[in-house]
Amino acid sequence: MRPLTPRRVLTLCSGLLLLLFIAVVISLRVGAYPISIPDIVATLFNRVAGRSDLIPPVYSEVIFGLRLPRIVLGIIVGAALSTAGAGFQALLRNPLADPYVLGVSSGAALGAIMSLIFTPHVAGAIQMAAFIGAGLTTGVVFLLGRRGGQLDAATLLLAGIVTTSFLSAVIMFLMTTLSGRDLRGIEFWVMGNLSNPPAVNPVWLLIILIVAGGSIYTTTSDLNLMLTGEQEARHLGVNVRRVKLVVFVASSVLTGLAVSVSGSIGYVGLLVPHVMRMIFGTDYRLLVPTSAIGGAILIVVADTLARTLLGATEVPVGAMTALAGAPVFIYLMRRRVR
Amino acid sequence: MSAPSDSRVSAVAATETALRLKVEQVSYAYSATDRSAPQFTLGPVSFDARRHDLLAILGPNASGKSTLLRLLAGVTKPLSGRVQVDGEEISSLDLKARAQKIALVQQESQLLFPLRVWEYVLQGRYPYGKRLRFESEEDCVLATNALAQVGADSLRDYWMDELSGGQKQRVILARAMAQQPSLLLLDEPTQHLDLGGKVELLRRLRKLADENRHTVIVVTHELDLAADFADRVVLLQKGKCLREGTPAEVYDRALLEEVFDAPLEVEMRTNGRPRVSLRTNY
Repeated sequence: MRPLTPRRVLTLCSGLLLLLFIAVVISLRVGAYPISIPDIVATLFNRVAGRSDLIPPVYSEVIFGLRLPRIVLGIIVGAALSTAGAGFQALLRNPLADPYVLGVSSGAALGAIMSLIFTPHVAGAIQMAAFIGAGLTTGVVFLLGRRGGQLDAATLLLAGIVTTSFLSAVIMFLMTTLSGRDLRGIEFWVMGNLSNPPAVNPVWLLIILIVAGGSIYTTTSDLNLMLTGEQEARHLGVNVRRVKLVVFVASSVLTGLAVSVSGSIGYVGLLVPHVMRMIFGTDYRLLVPTSAIGGAILIVVADTLARTLLGATEVPVGAMTALAGAPVFIYLMRRRVR
Repeated sequence: MSAPSDSRVSAVAATETALRLKVEQVSYAYSATDRSAPQFTLGPVSFDARRHDLLAILGPNASGKSTLLRLLAGVTKPLSGRVQVDGEEISSLDLKARAQKIALVQQESQLLFPLRVWEYVLQGRYPYGKRLRFESEEDCVLATNALAQVGADSLRDYWMDELSGGQKQRVILARAMAQQPSLLLLDEPTQHLDLGGKVELLRRLRKLADENRHTVIVVTHELDLAADFADRVVLLQKGKCLREGTPAEVYDRALLEEVFDAPLEVEMRTNGRPRVSLRTNY
């Protein structure tokens, strides 16, 4: 018997943070203008030490102007999507649940586009609209996924697929009819892309991430029991309704947050919690933080590949995650649905 | 004997015989919609149970056994009447306080992800923690003891889905023991067990009631097992409590034949417990 301790959570998360740091340094190094790792470390050190005058201007431009903002955004988006995925999996009692597969990302994208059309100059409106879109879509998919009053795994996934294609069609319609406006393009919303970060202060995004992710974390003891069975969890004293509400709102906020800045990057919320489960087990108290960091690592690596693999031509990061995620999805589905 | 020890003795005696569960005029009704007439009504039912008691709620299908159990567990609120455990009304307790007093063992549900036996049993400690909780040394000791009590120590590191039906039942029981409840409720616990498993389970429940001061309440339709193991029996038919008392008081041939709709033979044995068998020689 070796129950999970806070110390073990901290140790494993620190290890993963180290991996994330390594991924960040490698991502800073590669690209059209390569910078050696000692130079990167020296530049970062000088910046932290407040001696920016020692940094060559070209390094400053490439590292702090181009690569680092994109990496920071990738970290926030990856952590948000993975945490949301873990949340949806518990909420819907379905290991295949993921914001993209369920259509929640498409809902968030539609919300964000609506805000670009109707409230283009209001600060934070796009995040708010994406959150509302995500929340509404989650609710609809949840209702459509029921069968005889019970959530049904296969019906839920079908509901997600139908919702995704319907919402994508609406997005496509809007893009075609309003082609004169700056709506960031269909590819951005349907595939996801980090190459053109929006003008949002990442500190705000980080605060939303920490608040929403933190509120999911406070329910992880309850989620562990709910995964054993909601009835049983209730008998053991879990306030199931409250937990579901917290996870529902927080997961929708996280999806809205990610989609509003990077479009619908798919399969992150499916891939990462599953890999973490295989490595660290199913305990949500460990799964949620490791998934958040793992998601950050995945997006940083995937985006680095996306911008370097084909030389000057960029691949959308969502294409990279879908290439890795779709086979995993099929594997999980075949193993699960007997 | 001196006065202080006298009063101590009587205090112990008082807690030993004190009522643990008191069910007063409890009733409940189901209806298809809010406005339609009730399709099923239960009660009013009254009975009580003491420490060490093993009480069987007995009745055929659709007699309201499980509904009554849910009322005792506090999962559903009675339409009228009161259910008190250790003098406290259960509907006034919050969820965790209730889970510290009452453990309910139901047919296990499907696990979404694989779980080790010890992880499952530790879940029984949940009601004793705050919102986000990590298990303490003490929790582990209690979980280990709970597993030992049900004779499942050797299963500790197995996966839940590796277990046989009888083993799983014991592990589920261990999780309920880890809750340290006053009241242990079991819904048709013998349903998926073979005869040996049934007898073993009821012996174990008898022992838990005797040694741990749990009050054990079992919902069942197995007349013969209830006659052998229960201290008291509550006999239900179509939502009505027909009779309540010791097996010898309740097991009346004509009554049981009517309730269970089968030709029965009831004979009284020398140990004061009735024996029930099917009457087939006609």
